[in-house]
Amino acid sequence: MKAIRKLVDNIKPTFSKGGKLGFLHSTFDAFETFLFVPNLVTKTGTHIRDSIDLKRTMTMVIFALTPALLFGMYNVGHQHALATGASMDFWQTFFYGFLRVIPMVIVSYGVGLGIEFASAQIRGHEVNEGYLVTGMLIPLIMPVDLPLWMLALAVAFSVIIGKEVFGGTGMNIWNPALIARAFAFFAYPSFMSGDKVWVSGLTKGEGIIDGFSGATPLANAQAGIWSEVPSLQEMFLGLIPGSVGETSTLAILLGAALLIFTGIASWRIMVSVVAGGLLTGLLLNLVAPSPDSYLAIPAWYHLVMGGFAFGTVFMATDPVTGSQTNRGKWIYGFLIGMLAVVIRVFNPGYPEGMMLAILLMNTFAPLIDYSVVQKNIKRREKRAIIK
Amino acid sequence: MDKKIFIEPLFKNNPISVLVLGICSALAVTVKLEPALVMTLSVTIVLGFSEAIVSLLRKTIPNRIRIIVQLVVVAMLVILVDQILKAFAYEVSKQLSVFVGLIITNCIIMGRIEAFALANKPWPSFVDGIANGLGYGIILIAVAFFRELFGSGTLLGYNIVPASWYIKNGGFYENNGLFILPPMALILVGMFIWVQRSIQKELIEE
Repeated sequence: MKAIRKLVDNIKPTFSKGGKLGFLHSTFDAFETFLFVPNLVTKTGTHIRDSIDLKRTMTMVIFALTPALLFGMYNVGHQHALATGASMDFWQTFFYGFLRVIPMVIVSYGVGLGIEFASAQIRGHEVNEGYLVTGMLIPLIMPVDLPLWMLALAVAFSVIIGKEVFGGTGMNIWNPALIARAFAFFAYPSFMSGDKVWVSGLTKGEGIIDGFSGATPLANAQAGIWSEVPSLQEMFLGLIPGSVGETSTLAILLGAALLIFTGIASWRIMVSVVAGGLLTGLLLNLVAPSPDSYLAIPAWYHLVMGGFAFGTVFMATDPVTGSQTNRGKWIYGFLIGMLAVVIRVFNPGYPEGMMLAILLMNTFAPLIDYSVVQKNIKRREKRAIIK
Repeated sequence: MDKKIFIEPLFKNNPISVLVLGICSALAVTVKLEPALVMTLSVTIVLGFSEAIVSLLRKTIPNRIRIIVQLVVVAMLVILVDQILKAFAYEVSKQLSVFVGLIITNCIIMGRIEAFALANKPWPSFVDGIANGLGYGIILIAVAFFRELFGSGTLLGYNIVPASWYIKNGGFYENNGLFILPPMALILVGMFIWVQRSIQKELIEE
């Protein structure tokens, strides 16, 4: 540790203002603060400070994502084995998925961080660390067979149009990872939805067992093929087709436990999203015209199918784009859960509604906060006796 | 006559990217390059002649009913253009559908008549109309160029992206469906405004 500190201190003058490589000082600063917690203190005014800064927070989210990532890798291999009928042991399965997922992670970080560093240099800002998490989220919410150049394009769009034009980390209106997914979803729909894209190798169609369908549980449920919808337990464990990291509710719950325990993500949002989805599901059960219709699907199925759990834990809780006030968080989360289920059940075009529900509520989050704050002001005004 | 009347609307005082008028049709007719070209031509003609006619009448129009008179003039020209398109370019006129008729509600037209033609002589008004129509057209054509190239892989209907590049033919490329959808037109217009503002720093508000 000391050796690294010494090295950093030694090369620091080169990168400071006036030094030989002074124009790269944002880049240098990014690496220095990544390695060491900066020892700067606030000089003006009063600030409430937490013991961890943004970089440490982001690192914690990466830890929380690890179970979903590792499980996702295994599942990619597992689905491939199912599709081709190849018998693979545990490590072969995992390694196959590893080789498929790692390029996506590299492309996502390479393109995204490249743009972040370049724009920070141009503006002379510090490099913001927001992309550390976004860069890991993006590969996890994409289908594994998505061509890498499309992934790169989606990442570039989300970082430039979704984030940098608004002023960088902390200023964006929508969750950048979901912007990347929305871009890919609308730009290349045939690579982002359907029955073929979720299992590695299925689009090329080589060596696939006859009759193998790579349809996700959501697609089957929407088409009304109930015999093909896996059991609750299977969907909870997550050995089902889907985007890379979102299939296993169990792995996501492990991450959720860490995020709630460390206080990084808001448990209020998580609880209210689940409540919103569950209540809407129950309500739809009551009005279902026949036991075969999509409306009659048990409400808890919605929680384990598709990206509901992943969106709840890692997307809706984004501190930048979500609601800030406690009461606002309840409203915001509840509406996400409700809209996600409504889109799933009533919109024949999109089997999954979580992405669009979160993006829509991101848009309304500031309005919700504003109303909550105004309501509080009004309430207190009423109480105050002005003489 | 001042040359500025003709030069400024093309870039420095562009009706779309600076005045932010006429956005609606920029979103609607820019999926392909051809309708965008025809739309540019139609708007330029309507704008030029309506400004000239209103300018000729400017001393006789009673102030209180001027909007009605302006609308009559514009509506007449729009109907003329619409009929000519139907007669000589039926396919394009079908693609443009209601948007030719909707030129009458194009904010640029009322905006320029109110702001310029009512206070200037016919010839400068005509030039102002033509220049604003062309300034509108520059943005429209630029947006349509990118949308058709990336959204359909063609330009003016001719294939630009080689057929062998497409994934279904064993290649690697795929058209970007987002460029076909209206939001991308808005994002592109936003990007042009971004570029223009970084060139013309005086446009940036405090």
